[in-house]
Amino acid sequence: MQPLSIAGKEFHSRLFLGTGKFGSLTQMRDAVLASGSELVTVALKRMDLETDTDGMVVSLQHPGINLLPNTSGARNAKEAVFAAQLAREALETNWLKLEIHPDPKYLLPDARETLKATEELAKLGFVVLPYIHADPVLCKQLEDAGTAAVMPLGSPIGSNKGLKTADFLEIIIEQSKVPVVIDAGIGTPSHAAAAMEMGADAVLVNTAIAVAGDPVAMARAFSLSVEAGRIAYEAKLATPIKHAVASSPLTAFLHD
Amino acid sequence: MEITINNTLKIFEGYDSLSVQQLLNLEIPERQKGIALAINNTVIPRSEWQHHRIQRQDKIIIIKATQGG
Amino acid sequence: MTSFIDIFHTYGWKDIQHSIATKTHADVERALYASHRTLEDFKALISPAALPYLETMAQMSQQLTQKRFGKTIQLFAPMYLSNECNNICTYCGFSFDNRVKRKTLTESEIRQEIDVILNNGFKHILLVTGESDAHVNIDYFKKAIAAIKQSFANISIEFQPLSTAEYQTLHDAGVHSVLVYQETYHQDVYKTYHPKGRKSNFNYRLETPDRIGQAGMHKIGLGVLLGLEDWRTESFFCALHLDYLQRTYWQTKYSISFPRMRPAEGIIEPNVIVTDHDLVQMICAYRLFCEDVELSISTRESEKLRNNIIPLGITSMSAGSKTNPGGYAVEPTSLEQFEISDERSSKEIAALIARSGYEPLWKDWDLSFAR
Repeated sequence: MQPLSIAGKEFHSRLFLGTGKFGSLTQMRDAVLASGSELVTVALKRMDLETDTDGMVVSLQHPGINLLPNTSGARNAKEAVFAAQLAREALETNWLKLEIHPDPKYLLPDARETLKATEELAKLGFVVLPYIHADPVLCKQLEDAGTAAVMPLGSPIGSNKGLKTADFLEIIIEQSKVPVVIDAGIGTPSHAAAAMEMGADAVLVNTAIAVAGDPVAMARAFSLSVEAGRIAYEAKLATPIKHAVASSPLTAFLHD
Repeated sequence: MEITINNTLKIFEGYDSLSVQQLLNLEIPERQKGIALAINNTVIPRSEWQHHRIQRQDKIIIIKATQGG
Repeated sequence: MTSFIDIFHTYGWKDIQHSIATKTHADVERALYASHRTLEDFKALISPAALPYLETMAQMSQQLTQKRFGKTIQLFAPMYLSNECNNICTYCGFSFDNRVKRKTLTESEIRQEIDVILNNGFKHILLVTGESDAHVNIDYFKKAIAAIKQSFANISIEFQPLSTAEYQTLHDAGVHSVLVYQETYHQDVYKTYHPKGRKSNFNYRLETPDRIGQAGMHKIGLGVLLGLEDWRTESFFCALHLDYLQRTYWQTKYSISFPRMRPAEGIIEPNVIVTDHDLVQMICAYRLFCEDVELSISTRESEKLRNNIIPLGITSMSAGSKTNPGGYAVEPTSLEQFEISDERSSKEIAALIARSGYEPLWKDWDLSFAR
């Protein structure tokens, strides 16, 4: 499997993990380690001065794990830029998963604000990975704005419905100059493998692992499926033969 | 002096002035890893915590990393 | 600023040539039936291994082309404004060292020429010049375009490489597309074919489509001069260039032309012979690689080829062309850049297109709407 490069940094695992919804920090850490993931998202929240601990960052302190703070909670570009600056201070990284969802029910991303924030954040030196709809035109606009990768959704976040946007993901992958990370909706290892076979550069999985009966085993299953899908893509998949052509009506003139 | 931290009003009896670092040492002496702080919506970099003075009525946000996707 | 040069220089001519030569039937079949075709697939489709699959490629090329463009062929006429040229190109009739009578059309001559072209039915025109700053410069171009702008729905140009600012000026003046052929992507031999003049700068020419893209031009035309070097390897580099440009200047349209070397006054013989069979394979391979690229065939080609090539994937044709400045009206016997092969009139070609089951398009309505 070829390594993946984003903004000059190499990754040997093409599975990125979200850290939400786990039963405990220990389980989260064990699942992250079992997945082999080198890029793990974390959210930000206002600290409860009385009770909050620093267990989260401590439990993810590991030489192989890079943190990718997100801007969840931001409802527009201005809030996202502010959240990004806080994240850079808190976690000492300029990497950022940009997510702006004004809609609290389906957490669907706001394209206009995301593009605006990407422009600003790229100028401020952030490595921006925006969470977006599977919108090929938006992806090109984000490239022009200086994005480091694009993270189109497969289906609504947390839905486990798989690659409902497959036709558009294919177009995005075909056209992209930056890595394409399929985010949201990947519910099973076979979904992840399908995304990788399609030519995605990486996938981001959270819910499907965190809420599995055995999150650690599921993390391992996703790790294997992502690797299998990528190797299959690099090995060039055989494709079914659709039809045969017997006569030569179009090219016969070449033999006259 | 009175300061608002994460939307809660706090009174620091006997202090006329505090640096960011002093405030954090008072509030969360053990848990200063992986946090960031903004005063009136301006992020104060860690390198300025020692010197940056907090003013009366300042609104402070302290954030930390948490689990999320 | 990054440009195609950064990508181009990571590929070696010999490696690509070898890679194409060693493609197998399995590679070709995989390319044929892939849902999205990559540059590796393109290599397979232009390789010798694809020869037994040519009819299949032609069928698929026809389907894809009709799906995208409908059953239409766009017609256009070239108008040569000048044969003045300071470059030495060993294959070109206008080459600086070729002792011929030079001519640059005046504004009134341009009007005489376009009267004939309009009378032949054309609404799309391609303006062509050599490279001579003293005779054909940005001021001349602006005047020429102003003179014809009201008469044509679509103006394309094939001038010497210009700066981004100059392309912006021409875009504002009403130019829709710019054609600039690399001639050959083989950097070492490029110098041999272009020993003198500004054109001998390979990299400057290679970066020209980047400048056109930055200027926001609607369409960029690419191509290689077929006959200089191995056409399979040339085609790969041209497809690589197309792929890069489409990703970078993603709001721009693209076209590929297939100029095959034709006899011309005082020029060298082709180094390699590109057969009709090769040309058909090339056209089908480009179509299978890129559904939306326009593919163009000129009157350099024979009647027989042009009679049969309409349903194979091309989308535009020139007709009744004159390749000498003033050739339509002012000075019909002046020196041609090359001899045309298909001498039939525009009306005859339109009838041929209709007989083949296609509609000859004189005007691109979509564009008129956009303007």
